[in-house]
Amino acid sequence: MARSTAPQTAPAVPATQARWTRKDLLDTEGLRREEVELILSTADAMAEIRRRPVGKVAALRGVTVATLFYEQSTRTRASFEVAAKALGADVVNLTAAGSSVEKGESLIDTVRTLESIGVDILVMRHPSAGAPAVAAKHASMSLINGGDGMHAHPTQALLDLYTMRKHLGSLAGRRVVIVGDILHSRVARSNLWLLLGEGAHVVFCGPATLLPRHLIRSLEGTPNFHWSTDLEAAISGADVVMALRLQKERQEHGLIPSVRDYVRRYQVNAERLAKANPGVLVMHPGPMNEGIEISPEVAHGLQSLVEEQVANGVAVRMAVLYLLAGARAR
Amino acid sequence: MTSILIRGGRIFDPATGVDAVGDVFVTDGRIAALGTPPAETADVVVEAEGCLVLPGFVDLHAHLREPGFEQKGTIATETEAALRGGFTTVCAMPNTEPPPDSAPQVADLLERFRRDARVRVLPVGCITRGRQGRALAELAELAAAGCVAFSDDGSPVADARLMRRAMELAADLGVPLSEHCDEPALSRGGVMNEGALSERLGLPGAPASAEVAAIARNIALAEETGARLHIAHVSTARGVELIADAKARGIPVTAEVTPSHLFLTEEAVWGPGSEPAYDTNARINPPLRSEADRRALIEGLEAGVIDAIATDHAPHAAEDKACEFDRAAPGISCFETAVGTLWTQIARGELRLATVVRALTAGPASAFALGHRVPGIGTLTVGGAADVVVVDPSVAWRVDPSAFASKGKNTPLAGCELVGRVRAVIAGGVLWKEEASLHAGRAARSR
Repeated sequence: MARSTAPQTAPAVPATQARWTRKDLLDTEGLRREEVELILSTADAMAEIRRRPVGKVAALRGVTVATLFYEQSTRTRASFEVAAKALGADVVNLTAAGSSVEKGESLIDTVRTLESIGVDILVMRHPSAGAPAVAAKHASMSLINGGDGMHAHPTQALLDLYTMRKHLGSLAGRRVVIVGDILHSRVARSNLWLLLGEGAHVVFCGPATLLPRHLIRSLEGTPNFHWSTDLEAAISGADVVMALRLQKERQEHGLIPSVRDYVRRYQVNAERLAKANPGVLVMHPGPMNEGIEISPEVAHGLQSLVEEQVANGVAVRMAVLYLLAGARAR
Repeated sequence: MTSILIRGGRIFDPATGVDAVGDVFVTDGRIAALGTPPAETADVVVEAEGCLVLPGFVDLHAHLREPGFEQKGTIATETEAALRGGFTTVCAMPNTEPPPDSAPQVADLLERFRRDARVRVLPVGCITRGRQGRALAELAELAAAGCVAFSDDGSPVADARLMRRAMELAADLGVPLSEHCDEPALSRGGVMNEGALSERLGLPGAPASAEVAAIARNIALAEETGARLHIAHVSTARGVELIADAKARGIPVTAEVTPSHLFLTEEAVWGPGSEPAYDTNARINPPLRSEADRRALIEGLEAGVIDAIATDHAPHAAEDKACEFDRAAPGISCFETAVGTLWTQIARGELRLATVVRALTAGPASAFALGHRVPGIGTLTVGGAADVVVVDPSVAWRVDPSAFASKGKNTPLAGCELVGRVRAVIAGGVLWKEEASLHAGRAARSR
């Protein structure tokens, strides 16, 4: 029913842009600048659609999108589902719990089964790094990585970049501080590659036990990369501060002495934000532990873009789905 | 028994210092003549012109999977693979089900070897019951039953006191302990080498310190107990240094390195493409390390710090590897690529021929003192066991796992072009010849 009321016009994507050729979107590392530009400009067109009264088009009519989540998720899965439906795609949602996965079916068999059912684009979240890459190798349908272990979460980083650009314009020379459990964070990694590509200064900040020490060492000499265990120093002159979720099990595993200690040293709060540049933007990939990595007044303060991130996520994911479907049609 | 003449090859044996073009004549399971043409005519002739004629290779570390994991490999299939790889003696690691932790289990293994093995197989017995790391196995009985070494294989003895007791008993028995040196508190959860690459890929890393700490501990225990400690598959630069230091101080330590760790680095997990492949066939334990580690392993081998090249041949079924990287079984099917990678490294100038051959023959034979059991093992001597390998050092070939005799097709080298190939093997007086060389031989004769 929604389909019949949706305008039949395709999104207004600039015709001069480079074409999208990738079958899958697995990571931001290795994405070319022009590919990033194509996604973000397409996301602009999608945001325009979302502002229309109906907010839907039929561009992906006949395309089947499946979400396959081996980990819990609220916003990412819902965001992809809304994005796919806004483009007129058919959507199938699967979770590992309560499916054949629980009966011991292998990842590759599951993926092949979905392909046989007729899925064109599979959005996958998985606790094992590289699982979407393995799946992509065994399937001709398109894979979108919705987060794999500690590795990557490309659509989150793209929506973060999209959101930052809306407020700052170019990110060249801007200082983006990512604070928290960098070691285990796929969001931090995916943001790193995108932001370095944009010419931003990226600062990784967190306790020594939660920093990827080898990756940091390998990036020393990259002019725009910085790191610190001192949040006050890191935040000084920041244009964006992105707090990461602190998993409570990090304390159980001895990676932090206590949550209290973490809060004291690394919570993003008003006092610390005062050291940043005026108008500093505060971001968080969600879900937030308010009162732990971010204070409630900052989480919901005027500088917080947390809700805007979520809203932009739909437009960015629409763009990614649209581009991948377009490449498939060719 | 058929008599065999290997004609016109370069006979090369670092242990005896022989390096000369000539013939090797084998009859009644013994080497009857070396260097000079024999008086008798042979039943079979192997033309070895342009090839190396070497002592049969001795592998101190291989997984034959039987009993318990026959879907991955059997004694018959894996010793056929060993044969084709030039390995005429193989030490079978004890991670079977049940594991050889008692004399009857060893007797059962020996009967299976006698019945099914294509090459000489020597059993390695467990250090602890069930390889559980809690109570010692009856080591004296295992030694009496024929075990050439003790090891809990991939389950290192975490309890240092238990390891000390095992060493005290093993020292008394004169049997080496082959230890996978790994401190589990440090390596737990790690699926590749900890480093910038593991952190880029988001895979949990096993740090070099896990191996280094365990090597240091075990050397200290060997020094106190006088046990013969054999360090299995050393993979770190610092580990090599510790072994060199222990040897310099006269501690009875030996060490092995795998062809995989000599040839590959952690980059194999990424694969050859611009995007990471998460190649589960490159998952191995200990993990493939950094290029600096690989260089140090080569240097350690050249310097004689590392005594042996051991395959750690670890066949797996396809489904053990067709999965997420961190769920894949660790191990590489190595028998049939070992010569290819090693001779490729010789061709590149990374390794010397004499080093490689010694580490495949006399080096391992001496590390496990196998000469007491098999006179002449690891050398070519008149009257000695007829274990001979013919290697063509210059032929280029492409790795095709589907052509492996091993059930395990799990190798990160699929499609890789290597130089050097086994052309013929005599194992215990019985000849195996590669089909292609048969054709080539016929063609040469008909001309």
